[in-house]
Amino acid sequence: MKKLLGTLLLVSLLISSVAFGAETPKYGGTLIFGRGGDSVGLDPADITDGESTRVTEMIFEGLVGFKGETTDIVPVLATSWTVSKDGKIWTFKLRKGVKFHDGTPFNAEAVKFSFDRQFDKNHPYYKYGKWEYAEFALEPLEKVEIVDDYTVRFTLKYPFSPFLANLAMFSCAIVSPTAVKKYGPDFFKNPVGTGPFKFVEWVPKDKIVLEANTEYWGGRPYLDKLIFRVIPDNSVRWLELQRGTIDAMDGINPDDIPAMKADPNISFYQVPALNICYLAMNTEKKPFDNVLVRKAINHAINKKAIVDAFYRGIGIVAKNPIPPNMMGYNDKVKDYEYDPEKAKQLLAKAGYPNGFETTLWTPPIPRVYIPQPTKVAEAIQADLAKVGIKAKIVTFDWGTYLQKTRNGEHEMAILGWGSDNGDPDNTIYVLLDKDNTKKGVASNIAFYKNDKLHDLLIKAQQTTSIPARKRLYESAQLIIKDDAPWVTIAHTSAVAAARKYVKNFAIPAISAIRFTRVWLDK
Amino acid sequence: MYRYIIRRLLIVIPVIIGVSAVVFFLIRSIPGDPALILLGEHSSEESVEKIRVQLGLDKPKVIQFFYFLYNMARGDLGRSFLTNEIVSLEIYKHFPATLELTLCSMAFGTSVGLLLGVTAATHRNSIIDYVTTVISVAGISMPIFWLGLIAIIIFSIKLHILPISGRLDPTITFKARSGLIILESLIKGNFTVFKDALYHMILPAICLGTIPLASIARMTRSSMLEILSQDFIRTARAKGLPARKVIYIHALRNALIPVVTVIGLQFGSLLGGAVLTETIFAWPGIGRLSVEAINARDYPVIQGCIIFFAIIFVFINLLVDILYAFIDPRIRYD
Repeated sequence: MKKLLGTLLLVSLLISSVAFGAETPKYGGTLIFGRGGDSVGLDPADITDGESTRVTEMIFEGLVGFKGETTDIVPVLATSWTVSKDGKIWTFKLRKGVKFHDGTPFNAEAVKFSFDRQFDKNHPYYKYGKWEYAEFALEPLEKVEIVDDYTVRFTLKYPFSPFLANLAMFSCAIVSPTAVKKYGPDFFKNPVGTGPFKFVEWVPKDKIVLEANTEYWGGRPYLDKLIFRVIPDNSVRWLELQRGTIDAMDGINPDDIPAMKADPNISFYQVPALNICYLAMNTEKKPFDNVLVRKAINHAINKKAIVDAFYRGIGIVAKNPIPPNMMGYNDKVKDYEYDPEKAKQLLAKAGYPNGFETTLWTPPIPRVYIPQPTKVAEAIQADLAKVGIKAKIVTFDWGTYLQKTRNGEHEMAILGWGSDNGDPDNTIYVLLDKDNTKKGVASNIAFYKNDKLHDLLIKAQQTTSIPARKRLYESAQLIIKDDAPWVTIAHTSAVAAARKYVKNFAIPAISAIRFTRVWLDK
Repeated sequence: MYRYIIRRLLIVIPVIIGVSAVVFFLIRSIPGDPALILLGEHSSEESVEKIRVQLGLDKPKVIQFFYFLYNMARGDLGRSFLTNEIVSLEIYKHFPATLELTLCSMAFGTSVGLLLGVTAATHRNSIIDYVTTVISVAGISMPIFWLGLIAIIIFSIKLHILPISGRLDPTITFKARSGLIILESLIKGNFTVFKDALYHMILPAICLGTIPLASIARMTRSSMLEILSQDFIRTARAKGLPARKVIYIHALRNALIPVVTVIGLQFGSLLGGAVLTETIFAWPGIGRLSVEAINARDYPVIQGCIIFFAIIFVFINLLVDILYAFIDPRIRYD
C-alpha cells in the first residue's frame, strides 16, 4: 500500500513536472493584437478612450495599480502609503532604482510633475493638454508636495477614500518630466514612461509598435515586441485571426462567438465588465414621481428575454446598479420578477388602470453596455404596451442625447455607465445620489433623491475600512431597489479571442489587457 | 496656355475662402458639442466648459471664423480637437495611402474599362457586349463591402495567395517619407517591402477599381458607338487601313473627350478617400480620417480635409482641361 502510494506520488509529481515544463514561459516573439480603432493619443492624462488607454497602460504605470485581473489595489511605483487620521493627508513611499525609458530617474519630482501639469493652471505644461479626467480623478486633490526624493505627500480637500482607486486609473500614470519638457504639445506621440514596454513607432490608423523594456524593474516582459494593429471591420479582423496573421483580438461580432468557441486553434475569453445599462425614470415628472408606477414598470419588462435576444451571450440581467464582481455587491437584493399582471395591479393602485402615454428615449449609437439600443427600446416598448403603457421611442444624436437627458427633458431614458476606477462610489454615488441631480449637468438622470441613501454614500466616501464600506454599499442597494428609480437592464462582458499558443492571456475586470506576462508557445 | 493655367490656378484662392466659409458654418450647425462627445457619459459641467474654452469654442462663431482664416493664411490649419495633432500633418500622414490606392485602382479601372468599352462597341450586341453591360451595372451597384469580403474570403482565406488587409506586413518597419510605400521602396531598391506592399495593394485596388471601371466602360462604349458611325471612320476603313488602327487611333482618340471627363471626376472623388474600401481593407487613408473626424465633431480636421479636397478638385479639373487640348488639337485656351 505504502509502495503504491509512493508510486502514485512519484507519478503525479512527474506528471505535474512535465505539465509544468510545458508551461515554462518562453522569451521572445512578436504579438500582434487586432483592434477596431486607433488610439487617439498616448499621453495617459490626456485621453478618454479605451483604444488609447490599452496602449498607455503598457508604457506607463501609476503609484498604485490593480492586482492581476481584479479591482484590488496594489502598490506599483509606490511601495507603501499611510493615511492621516482625518483621512486628508496621504503619504506615499516610492520605489527606488526605477528609470523612465529615456533614462530619467523616477522620483518624487516626477510624481509631483505628473500631477501638477494636470490640475495646476500655472504649471508651464498645463496648457498642452485637455486633462479630461483630472476633473474627476483629482477633484479631491488640493496639493502634491515632495517630502524627500522618494516620499510624496498628497493633501486632499476633504476625506475621500476612493482616491486610492483614482490613483490606479490610467490618467494618474507617472510620465517622464524630461520627455514632457522635450516634446511639449507632441508628447502624445512620443510617450515615455516606466512600464514594461517602450514606444517604438505609430503609423496612424494602422499600427502602434512597442518593444520590451529589458530593464523593467519588475522583470522584462516575455514578448520582444507588441504590435497593436487597427482593423476596423469586425469580420475582417476575425478572418485575420483565423489565418493567424494576428495573434489576438477584441471587438467581436456576437454572431462569430460560436465559431470562435468551436475553433480548435482559438481560445475565447469572456469576463464580466464593470458596467451597467439602465432605464432611468424621471422621478420629477408625472407619473414617475409615483413609486408604484416605477415598480409596475419594473415588473412589466421582461429583462431576461431582452438580454437573451439582444446581448447574445455577452450580457447578464442586472438587478443592482453595480455588477456582481464589484466590491460591495449585494446578492441578497431581490429583483422585481417579470409579471405583467402584477404590473397592471400596481398601475391600477397608482391610479392608472388603463395605463398612460409617455416617451422612451434610447441612445442613437451602440455603446459597450448596449450593443443594440433601438432593438432594446422596441422590446421595452412592446412589453410596456402589454400593460397599457404607450411609450413613443425618441432619440437624438449622441451629444444632444447626453445634453437633453442631463437637462431632465426625458420621461424614461436608457443610458449606461462603465466604471472608471472599479470603486462602487464611482457608480452608485455618480448615478443615484441627490448631489448629482443639478439640471444641465445631472449624471443622476432619474433625478432620484433620497436623504438616507445620501448619508450612506457620503459615509462610504469617508470611511477607509473596506468591510465597513462594503456594508454601507449593501444597504444602499436595498434602498435603491425599493425606491425603483431605474430598471436595471444588463451588465455586459468584455470578450476577446487569441490563438491557442498565446499564453497567460487574460481580460482584467477594469483597465486594459496586460501583456507583461503574456508569452508565445510556438 | 501658360497664362490660362496661371489664371486657373489663381481661382484656387476664392474657392478656398468660399469653401472655408461654407464648411466652417455648416459643420458648426450640425448638432453635437465636440467637448461633450469627447467626454461622453463621464463629462461634468466644469470639464465640458474647460474644454470648450481650450478649444476656443466659447468665442462667437464669427470671431472664430476670422481667427481660422487668419491662421489659414499663415498655413496653420490648427490642431485636431481629438488627437491634438497638427491638422496639416494629419492630412500628410493619411493622404499618401489614399493617393497610392487611387492611382492603382484608377490604373486598373481605366485600362480594363477602356478595353471593355472598346470591345463592346466594336462587337455590338455580341456576348462581349452583354458581358460588359453586366459588368458595368454590377460594378456600379455592387456594395463594395460585400465585394471586398468575398474577395478576401476567396483569395486570402481559401487560396492563401494574398494578404487579407493592411498596407504592409505589420512586422515590417519601412519609413517612407513620401508616404508612397510602393514607389519609394522601388526607388530605394527595397524589394521585400516593394513586393509585400504590392501584394497588399491588389485586392483593395481591384475592388475599388470596379467603380471607375464600370463608368469608364459604359462611357467608352457609347462614345465609341457614336464615333464609329461617322463618315471619317468609313473613309478610313475605305482607305484600307487595318481595323485595329482605325479603332484605336482614329476612333478611340476622338471618343476620348467624354471618357477623360469621367476619369477626372472618378479620380477626384476617389482621392477624397473611399471610406468603405479603407474600412474593409484596414487601409489607413484619408477617407477614414475624415469620417472619424465628422463623428467626433473634430472641426479643425473636417475643415482641413474638405479644403484639401476642394483644392484637389480644382487641380484635377484643370488637368482634365489641359488634357483635352492634347487629345483634341482643335481645343485651344489662348
